[in-house]
Amino acid sequence: MVDVIVFAVAGLIVLAGGLGVVLNSNPVRSALSLVASFFGVAVLFVLQEAHFLALVQIVVYAGAIVVLFLFVIMLLGVDEVEDLSIEPLSGQRIGGLLAGAALLVFLLGGLFLSGGDEGAVAVTGTESVTQPIDETQPNIDNLATDLFGRNVLAFEATALLLTIATVGAVVLVRNAGAEDLSVDEPGRADH
Amino acid sequence: MIALVAQDTQTVALPGPPVVWSLLWPFLILAVGGVLLVTVTSVVPVLRGRSFPAAFTCLTALASGLSLIPVWQRVDRLDLVGGTIGSGTEGPRSLVSGAYAVDGFTVFVTGVICVSVFLTALLLDGYLRREGLDGPEWYVLMLMSASGGVLLASANDLIVSFLGLEILSIAAYVMAALHLRRAESQEAGFKYFVLGALASAFFLYGIALVYGATGSTTLQGIFAAGPNAAGLDPRTDSSLILAGMALLLVGFAFKVSAVPFHFWAPDVYQGAPSPVVAFMASGVKVAGFAGLARIFLYAFQPYWADWRPAIAALAVLSTIVGGLLALAQRNVKRMLAYSSINHAGFMLLAIHAAASPDDGGQRGAEALLFYLLAYTVMVTGTFGVATIVGGRGDGRHDLDDYRGLSRSNPLLAGVMAILLFSQAGVPFTSGFFAKFRVIGALASDGSYALGGAAMLAAVISAVLYLRIVVSMFLIDNGEAHEADHEAVDAVAGGRAAPEAEGDTLVEASPEASVLTSVRAPAPTALLAVCLAAAVTLVLGLLPDLGGGILSDAASALLLAG
Amino acid sequence: MSLLALGEPYLSDGVDLGDVVLTVVKVVVAFVVLLVSVMLMVWFERKVISRLQNRIGPNVAGPFGLLQTLADGMKLFFKEDLIPERSDRFVFQLAPYLSVVPAFLTFILVPIAGDFSDGKDGSVSIAGRQFFLQVADVPVGILFFLAMSSIGVYGVMLAGWSSGSKYPLLGSVRASAQAISYEAALGLSLASVLLISGTLSTNEIVQVQAGEGFRGIIPNWNLITTGFVPFGIFLIAGTAELNRPPFDMVEAEQELVGGFHTEYSSIRFAMFYLAEFMNTVTMSAIIVTLFFGGPAGPNFGVLPGWLWGFVWFFLKLLVFLFTFVWFRATLPRLRYDQLMDLGWKLLIPLALGWLMILAGIRVAQSGGFGITDSTQVDTGIVLVVGLAIGVVAALLLSSAVRTSRQDRLHRHGLVEVAPVFELDGGAPAGEGHH
Repeated sequence: MVDVIVFAVAGLIVLAGGLGVVLNSNPVRSALSLVASFFGVAVLFVLQEAHFLALVQIVVYAGAIVVLFLFVIMLLGVDEVEDLSIEPLSGQRIGGLLAGAALLVFLLGGLFLSGGDEGAVAVTGTESVTQPIDETQPNIDNLATDLFGRNVLAFEATALLLTIATVGAVVLVRNAGAEDLSVDEPGRADH
Repeated sequence: MIALVAQDTQTVALPGPPVVWSLLWPFLILAVGGVLLVTVTSVVPVLRGRSFPAAFTCLTALASGLSLIPVWQRVDRLDLVGGTIGSGTEGPRSLVSGAYAVDGFTVFVTGVICVSVFLTALLLDGYLRREGLDGPEWYVLMLMSASGGVLLASANDLIVSFLGLEILSIAAYVMAALHLRRAESQEAGFKYFVLGALASAFFLYGIALVYGATGSTTLQGIFAAGPNAAGLDPRTDSSLILAGMALLLVGFAFKVSAVPFHFWAPDVYQGAPSPVVAFMASGVKVAGFAGLARIFLYAFQPYWADWRPAIAALAVLSTIVGGLLALAQRNVKRMLAYSSINHAGFMLLAIHAAASPDDGGQRGAEALLFYLLAYTVMVTGTFGVATIVGGRGDGRHDLDDYRGLSRSNPLLAGVMAILLFSQAGVPFTSGFFAKFRVIGALASDGSYALGGAAMLAAVISAVLYLRIVVSMFLIDNGEAHEADHEAVDAVAGGRAAPEAEGDTLVEASPEASVLTSVRAPAPTALLAVCLAAAVTLVLGLLPDLGGGILSDAASALLLAG
Repeated sequence: MSLLALGEPYLSDGVDLGDVVLTVVKVVVAFVVLLVSVMLMVWFERKVISRLQNRIGPNVAGPFGLLQTLADGMKLFFKEDLIPERSDRFVFQLAPYLSVVPAFLTFILVPIAGDFSDGKDGSVSIAGRQFFLQVADVPVGILFFLAMSSIGVYGVMLAGWSSGSKYPLLGSVRASAQAISYEAALGLSLASVLLISGTLSTNEIVQVQAGEGFRGIIPNWNLITTGFVPFGIFLIAGTAELNRPPFDMVEAEQELVGGFHTEYSSIRFAMFYLAEFMNTVTMSAIIVTLFFGGPAGPNFGVLPGWLWGFVWFFLKLLVFLFTFVWFRATLPRLRYDQLMDLGWKLLIPLALGWLMILAGIRVAQSGGFGITDSTQVDTGIVLVVGLAIGVVAALLLSSAVRTSRQDRLHRHGLVEVAPVFELDGGAPAGEGHH
């Protein structure tokens, strides 16, 4: 019972936060809504007894990523209310709404309709077929067993990903150099 | 510290999975090569010039390719060992606790990616010299991207697939934006990044749903949860997994730029540096197709009847729309972008045929593999010529810029003609057999309508390639000109003249736009282009060369069925 | 709820009214202790600084001026509460709470007393209920500290932004950059402690350190078992996280008026002030817990065991409170680029390298390498090799840093022809036309 209440409250926070991100016209408030949403997710993690994930969620997402968002927003001075009356692309908003609605219907259909051949509702999904978690061990031990055992390749591949991200970030912000680019004149302008 | 050393500890042993390193070499050489290159060049400034990274990259690609040979021999034996697939979480041919699959298919695709890296590195060398750009990071990113591609092609677990896809794409996003002084390049990188991130989101959501439906992220696990020969497994919920498959397909369709998820391709191809486009169109796309083929033909094999129509729709749309839209372009890079969309359609058709449970399956898989190889070589070569013709600043990609190429550099024009004929599917080139195999596979599967559509699309796209060829061999006299072209050329000549620097413009005649970079292209770039053309011809004249490899590799892909 | 059993003993089976009461009492006690300690800390800081500067300091209100803080607080409460016209009202009012709440929450992790001698787990029993003398022993304990310290940044950032004026904004941008930079070093030095302790729970970290130590003379504190370096990094990074001198770029008075809280007054300002000092106290307490064995210490009888724990804890805490004040009185403020260089180019690589060496030693101690028959010799080999690699890596890193600095200077040398602004000559070609 407590679980259901906590889930409902946290779920509402997540949803409200998500809506806040989209609907707020002020980017700083959007970022704050995102933080609220992350906290909701963290509570959901705790509800699943994934304490480690919950805190990592807060440390990494709320503590670092959104702070960086805010940092950029403040530094670039885009923290002004946007004028939402102008659509950069005509019909974009309607199109976006339609696409979102279509995706929602599609996913809800996938989740609720015609579950299996016994007609069971499918929202619950399936139990993981990998080995069950040892509940007597702390989270972090289970996580380590999984990360360095079954998923060690994925774990190591992440290192490669991070290297690329670092190299890419450094390369892209580098000063391109002062000298002018001499260009062979194109035969015709692009159109 | 003394206390620390003397201290007794109670360490919990955490046994890692057994790793067969010798089978991982092809992947490791690429990945470690990239990391090594960035480390060495940042610490030893002497090596930061242009020659060392290019040579290093070519050698790495070669080494990785050569390391495939012993792996291939062992794969054969592993195949003989066999075993029932889907019995456990680890398949018979998977490594590192079932995350990495080594089989004929992997080896083949890895080889193709190595070819792409090798050719692109040669192109990139000339390009960087011409543009006055330095920095080994182009090569670093390419090597890492290629290693991501190998990972995606070899992944036996959806999580690893996703990581491979991200490694592959993020490096490609950066490379697209890497010509920092060209706004077009930055724009291309940004567009590619935003749309690619969207595709990744779809992909990830798909993985989540599939995991929810099957309780596993490994391909074997997903396969085992499906309604296979053992009868319907109650653990599987078809609608949830259908939704997951659809999202995964959307993610892949973005990556391989299949219609209607192709919008990014023309803009990105036009804006990104030409050698990078050569890599994006070859290596990145090949890896995308490999991932798509492996996941759908293997893990989702039990649902083949469900996803096959979707693939067919994507394929037909891609071939027809790609071919038609290409006709409306005047920018050669844009044309080639649409042509690559058209090719993507053919490869999707091959996957469609490969999904067939009967004879068409094997032929379809073989067609796919052959197409991947032929396509990689010819598209790299074509964009290589585009790189050379593009000139300093990488901006000369209009159809008019190819006019008279046969006179200013007959070799280049000849090579380009071979490559374009191959793309069009003219006999005695690899492209012919690629298309022929696809249509043959469709026919043996009984999908005559799709085969007909493919042939129609091939005809449409042939017009496009012929346009470029005609333009190249058109001698530039007044008759050949249409009225508007004359006017435009006059403007172009007038505008170009003041900026003539001896280096760039030769003379102010109608052929003034012929550049030294075209007359005397970088030797490495020329080598790459000629190699590509040669391979295209060889594959076209001897299509059964190493035919055993093809069928072995293809059957590895289809073991599930 | 099975995992909670790893923490608080009294939550191992069903929760009844008594447990709720106990928890409420704990929370209230912690709250009061923290508030009182802040009051004393403010007095202590002012008094110590005065002495260090040859002044007398507060000596009027109450004995030794002890009530000075109370008087100041009351004055603040009765001041007018101003909200600037151009501010974002909601965020402006929210920000002080975002500062104070994490500051309170972090303190729940700290075991402030308890008997840890002879392998006891530091729990006390009252009326048949066994519990720890800390508000909660969270299973992922010390990560909670990291989470809260990263949340605390929001208060500062949003306060500066929502004020709608430039100095607070500059202060808050500096704050966020500083916090993110040093968070990494803080976390990495923490990782060394966790590696040695093998647990995240603060109670267990203290228990591990309560062991006999080396020949009964040198205590088994993490300070020693992790080899001093992580402690140094933690202390520096912690000071930076606290935005205390010499890292108080956030509110550098000479440059930024008052930094992020320039526009705040009355009770809202008091909350920032409160949060700052609470954070100082908590950070000292965390350092004591992580590196100095917390309440663990010898039990000399006379007093009950748990009270000895409190005595040891308080003494250790005092040392660090004094250290922070000492820093403030003696060290000049760093320049902003020096701050960033220190964090990114020294502390983070050092913490990472040290973590690697410690991990290698752990593996060697458990015989994981098997170089020789004796794990002791193995450990020695690993230590030497690790340090050697560390030195080489440091040389490479500094060489890379030097090369890139030379590149930069070289580039600036080119630009110096067109003086003053780089942008004039150095605008990338891509931005020029359209």
